[in-house]
Order: sequence, then structure tokens, then C-alpha cells
Amino acid sequence: MIDWIIILQAGVASGTVLLFAAIGEILAERSGVMNLGVEGMMLIGAMTAFKTVVMGGDPWLGVLYAMLAAGALSLLHALVTINFQADQVVSGLAINFVGIGLSTVLGEGLSKAGTVSLLPSYTVPLLSQIPLIGPIFFTNQHVLVYVGYVLTPAAWFYINRTRPGLHLRAVGEYPAAADALGINVYLLRYLYVLIGGLLAGLAGATISLAVSPGWFSELTTSGQGWIAIGLVIFAQWDPWRGAAGGYMFGAIRRLILDLQGPEFLFGFRNPFFYTPKLGFFLQMLPYALTILVLVAVSREALRKRLGAPAALGTPYIRGERGI
Amino acid sequence: MRVSTTTPLQPQTHGEPFRLPFRVVIEPRMNVPRWLSPAVSIGAVILALVIGGVVIQLAGGDPIESYIHIFNAAFGDMGVFSDTLVKATPLILTGLACTLAFRMKLWNIGAEGQFFMGAWGASAVVLAPLLPPTTPRVIMLPAMALAGFACGALWGLVPGFLKARFNVNEIITSLMMNYIATSWTLFWVFGAWSEAGFQMSPTFPKTAWLPRLADYAQQVKAFSGLTIHLGLALGIVAAVVVWFILNRSPWGYEIRLTGDNPRAARYAGINIVRNTVLVMMLSGGLAGLAGMSEISGVVHRLQGAISPGFGFTGIIIAWLAKLNAFGVIIAAILFGGLLLAGREIQPSGVPRMLQGIILFTVIASDVVLRYHIRIVKR
Repeated sequence: MIDWIIILQAGVASGTVLLFAAIGEILAERSGVMNLGVEGMMLIGAMTAFKTVVMGGDPWLGVLYAMLAAGALSLLHALVTINFQADQVVSGLAINFVGIGLSTVLGEGLSKAGTVSLLPSYTVPLLSQIPLIGPIFFTNQHVLVYVGYVLTPAAWFYINRTRPGLHLRAVGEYPAAADALGINVYLLRYLYVLIGGLLAGLAGATISLAVSPGWFSELTTSGQGWIAIGLVIFAQWDPWRGAAGGYMFGAIRRLILDLQGPEFLFGFRNPFFYTPKLGFFLQMLPYALTILVLVAVSREALRKRLGAPAALGTPYIRGERGI
Repeated sequence: MRVSTTTPLQPQTHGEPFRLPFRVVIEPRMNVPRWLSPAVSIGAVILALVIGGVVIQLAGGDPIESYIHIFNAAFGDMGVFSDTLVKATPLILTGLACTLAFRMKLWNIGAEGQFFMGAWGASAVVLAPLLPPTTPRVIMLPAMALAGFACGALWGLVPGFLKARFNVNEIITSLMMNYIATSWTLFWVFGAWSEAGFQMSPTFPKTAWLPRLADYAQQVKAFSGLTIHLGLALGIVAAVVVWFILNRSPWGYEIRLTGDNPRAARYAGINIVRNTVLVMMLSGGLAGLAGMSEISGVVHRLQGAISPGFGFTGIIIAWLAKLNAFGVIIAAILFGGLLLAGREIQPSGVPRMLQGIILFTVIASDVVLRYHIRIVKR
């Protein structure tokens, strides 16, 4: 039988990956720079974290190195798009290729590594006793899940309620005005692209050191970086919606695994159990769902006249007309 | 950019000023000489090879030996060069697919999935079977090409329609369609079309094979052992067609205008919605043809591993060729060699990494085309 509590619990655990990546991308895009290289940065992060631990490092050191490695890659994107005014889409794709290639080269042989020490899991006393919420959110979750609980409200508060957050939004909506007010547009964009990279690295480390430990080259992320970028649009650049979407997609990933297990589903013979090749349709589900979610959101956005940060995707050149 | 900026390369210090004997002047270019753009592309590739060499060195390999190996294994003699051209064939088509879409600033990064669907569609003609195995070649091959084109176009239609109708970001949808296409192909390879439970279809009948040069070795001695197949001709014809569409037809003018300045295009009354759907379909169809050409010319059966990332490499090729249809052919041959030789180099990710670095240096080097950077004496 399918245990919904376990699915939701696992959804929160693996959804944390998407949460980190999506919030990082939200911050970068709020400053006006789109970084499509999330998948590549996550791979670099996942590989670096796992390699650090395999070579005898502490898991936390692995997390740190993962963030630094992905952050370094994001600075390349910042250099090319902010200074050289290259197209952000193409540069993001380049980040992806470099991330995939570099992590395959440097991760050579890592897939054969034996068991290593991973990030710890905790059960929160008292909170875990709350019915329904306790077992899903506070029981036996890896430590980064709790980091996610703190990061989401913090990011929301920072963007919407603080002065630096106001500057961030100004740089993404109307950089010329921000520049006129004495805000350093270039510096802030560098900063938030870097933060996006650091968080993508954290997302990668979350995969390889907690959610599904190990290094399986490209299959480690299997498109989650792209789903995270889709989530940013779904979230309409809001961290709370990003987190909720992340958990939802996490739960769906787990549901797909569990649907193929039992012999009977809701009293019927489980077609996925008797005909395993139907599982390929289940594997399409997260990707098809991303498309459907984007369609729904863009209709909503058209109706309510919501939209992306106005300067998203356009380089800022001081003294040139434009936004 | 109207303001010219001069950047003095010296710190603003008080007291005894330190002055460099030169200064760097950066000013926008008014006109770009014709030779500069290809020269910069070549320079970018060389720079990428140097950076890649450093990484190979750091990863414990020998960069110079690796590069000599790549060169010999890709361009060393007629036999391997023929193999390089075989690898370049699908790359020409996926590169053209990306070129066409990118010219309109439509980011079709789903060529990989469209490639798979093209391969699937072409296989369906043989395996479903839509045509009996005894069908003569002159009917079988065009039917496969048509089916491959149609399935690729269908895969391009979905993100194109969603973009045109609902303004859904085509980057993400076209990429998501890649994963759906691979799962769809695997479903058939593992299921209905599996050969005796193996993860591949039976070999196609000979009438479904694109003719190779080696098939005519009896007539022309020099052709013996050459693996080049008819797909290469298909790719070159496609390049001419895409060049003609983009550079010589009114429709191509609409595409380029929409890409360069969508607002002006709208005022000019260009039907952007219709063009978005059509360009995405044609782009998907070209990538689908690549899939058909690859399984009909090389693999001769449908299986899960038919592409070492032909669709993704097409993106880089389009960019390296500066969205020029004939440049795509040259870039595809370069990358075909890299793919061919890359199979034997360790560590295995090197070709992928080099591709990424090349794309990076190519887009970064564009700054040289936009700005005039000079070092002048004081």
C-alpha cells in the first residue's frame, strides 16, 4: 500500500534540493540576471561535495567546497554577461556544458567509491509530536532540510522587507534609476549571481551527501536544475511559492518510485507492477508536469498582469538608453 | 553606445603619482571588418583548447598528447576523416535547427529530444511496420525521412505553440520535451520493438539503410571502407535551404527582423505568432531529420544510446558559426572530429568539457567585435 506520510516526508527531503536551487535563482533573477546554468552548477556542487568526502573530508567541508565550486562557475557567468554583455541565455547554456563536462572529468571513478560518511539526520523533539506536520517535516530529516526551513522565510523577508532587498529589486526592475540613486548595479548583480551559484552548489551537495548519496555523473541531477528554473517562473519570483513547489515536485519524485512497487493499488492490480515498461511513462511525469505548471502560471500571469523582473535578461550599460 | 570611454590603467594615488607607460583605450566599434569575425572565432577556439589543456593537465592527463591524439584520430587519414564526416552529419542538421530558431531569438534547446523523435518516427516506418520490409529503397528512405521530419516537427510544435499562444518560456518547455522523448523512445525499445528482450530493436532491412560510399567500392576503388552516407548530402542540401530561407527569402527577413527587434517586427505587421510556430516546427523537423539520418545511415536499428548529445552540441555549433548556415558545416566537422576522437580519450568527459569551454570563449570573445580595445603609449 502507498504510505502518503512517507511520500510527503521524502518529498520534503528531496524537495529541499529544488528549494535551494530555486531560491538561488530567484535572487539572481530578481537582480536582472538569468542564469540557466543551474543544472551544471548543481552537478559541479554534487561532484565536489562527494569527492571531498570520498577523499576523507568532513561532509560539512564537502558542502562548503561544493558551494565555492559552483559559486566560482557562476562568477564566470557574471563576468561574461555583466561585463561583456553577452546573451544571458547562451552564457547560461555554456555554464551548463562546462558544469556537465568538468564534473564528468573530475568525477572520474567516483561512482565506484564505497560507503562514505554523509550529512546527519535529526528528529526535532516536541515538534515531531504534532500530528501530520510532525512526521512529515520534523522526523528523521537530514540537516539541510532544516536549513531550508530557515532560508525560505529569510529570503522572503530579505527581498521584501529590508533596504538591501529593496536595492536588489530596484536593480532588477529599473537599473538606470537604481544607478542614479548611487546603487552599484554591477556589484549587486555580481553578488546575487554569486549567491545563486552558492545555493546551486548547496543544492548539488544536498543530492550527493543526503538525498541520494553518490555520484552518477549526469544522472545525479537528471534535470532537476531545469525543473528549478521552471519553478522560479511557477513561483513568480517568490521564495515561499518556490519552496512549496520544490516540496511538491520532491513528493512527486518519490510517488513515482513508490507507484512501481506494490502489487495492488487502491484494490486494483497495479499496471506498473505487472508491466514494468509502463514505468517510462511515470518517468515522464515530472517533466510533463513542469510544462503543464508553466502553462497554468503564464495564463495566470497574463490575466493578473504579473511578470518577471522588468530588466531580466538585459545587460545594463551605463549611459545607454533603455531600462 | 555613443559615449566613448577611456580607462586609465593607473591607481589614483596622492603624492607621487605612479604612471604606467601606456593606457588601455576601450571604445565601441562603429564598423566591424569582415575578416575579424571569423578570426575571433578561431582565436576563441584556440583559447578554449589552451584552457581545456590546463584542466586536462590538472586532472592528471597530458594535454599535448591528448590533442595530437584527437587530431590524428579525427583528421589523420581519409578513413578517419570519413568517420569524422559521419559524426558531423547529424551535427550539421541539429546545428541548422538551432541556427534557424536562434535567428528569431527562439531558444529551441530541445534538438536532442527532436533528434530522438525523428529517429523514432523513422523507425516506426520500418518496425511498426508502416511499410513492408520489401518496399524498394526509393520509397522506403523518403518515407522514413518524412516520418522523422514530421515527428521532430511535432516535438518542436509543442514548445512553439505554447510560446506563441500562452507566452510560455520555450527554453524550459523544449528542454523538458527532451526527457519525455528519451523515455518515449525507451518505452518502445524495451517493449514492442525489443528484439528478443534486448534493449534494442531488430536490425533494419537493407532497403532502410542510407547508401554509403563504401557500397560503391566495386565501381570506384577509392570508396572502399569509406563510411560517409547519403545523410551528409542531406545535411549540405539542408544548409543551402536554410541559408536561402534566412538570407534570401522574405520569410527569412521576417525571422531576422523579429529576432533583432521584435517591437519593430510587430509594428511592421509581421505575424509573430504564426512565425513562432512555423520556425519551431521547421527547427524541430531538421533535428528530426538528423535522428533519421543517424539511425538509417549509421546505427541501422533503434536503441537507447543513439546520441552522444548531438542536439546539445548543435547549440554550440550554431553559436560558433555565428548563426550562418554554411559556417555550421565547418563547425560541425570540427565538433564531429572532437566527438569521434573523444571516445578514446581519458577521462571520458573531456569532449563535453571542451565543447562548453569553446562556447564560453566564443561568446566572451564577442566583446572584441563590439569594442575596440587598444593599448596606446602615453
